[in-house]
Amino acid sequence: MPELGKYAFEVVLAYGASIGLIAVLCGASVWRAKRVKTALRAVEARRDKS
Amino acid sequence: MSLWEYANPTKFMRLSGAVLPWVSALAAISIVSALYWGFFLTPEDFKQGSTVKIIFIHVPAAMIAINAWFMMLVTSLVWVIRRHHVSALAARASAPIGFVMTLIALITGAVWGQPMWGTWWAWDPRLTSFLILGLFYLGYMALWEAVENDDTAADLTSVLCLVGTVFAILSRYAVNFWNQGLHQGASVIRVDGVTGADTAEKVSNVYFYPLALSMLGFFLLFVALVLLRTRTEIRLRRMQALLARERVN
Repeated sequence: MPELGKYAFEVVLAYGASIGLIAVLCGASVWRAKRVKTALRAVEARRDKS
Repeated sequence: MSLWEYANPTKFMRLSGAVLPWVSALAAISIVSALYWGFFLTPEDFKQGSTVKIIFIHVPAAMIAINAWFMMLVTSLVWVIRRHHVSALAARASAPIGFVMTLIALITGAVWGQPMWGTWWAWDPRLTSFLILGLFYLGYMALWEAVENDDTAADLTSVLCLVGTVFAILSRYAVNFWNQGLHQGASVIRVDGVTGADTAEKVSNVYFYPLALSMLGFFLLFVALVLLRTRTEIRLRRMQALLARERVN
């Protein structure tokens, strides 16, 4: 951990909040992509059977 | 070969599927390296102390927040003029990314502003136009969700995007239009000879290199997320079409 002096709280808060938001954005995008892909496969499989 | 070929969903899916892993990997490498460099390896600034390290997130996030809206503008215009569905879906896919980047820029700006300006928030031209841009992102996403017919939603959101562009431009150039307020002018990339707030001092190379890497990383992250989310929107549209056909049969 670098020496952040009297502004340590502000710097860590800015990095923590930003990395958290980016992680949520990436996680939600990947999760939704997987969910839709799986659902589409199921619909396509149903169509191929009938 | 024409760019318009990629308006075909099949071609877009094929190309984006091949490109996405590489762009994602490059984005991850760039962002992790840039933030490590910026956080651990840069010195404190003589005026700002360690809060200068916030620049490595704040500036790239603000850059993407504004440029995501311009990308949405271009794709919305393509939809309005040429009626390419992939284009409308790319605009829709970009909005949440732009919104999160706006949020990051506002949060990091407030956290930096408190010790430097003595306030979390000021009704400064750039800050205010940025806040309105964030509200436009919210309105844009809400409009997509609110309208049931996808083509109508694409038309209405395109109009909203055109209107919101005014605030995207203001967010970028507010410090040039109104030489007042707390927010400083451009100090990262600026044209010499520009008058007003942009004649302020330029960022030192010690901070510029990790910042440039961070900007590259955020840009690649944006591209990766737009591709991923557009692919999802295309699949969703295909699924809806198949389900509609099932219901008819």
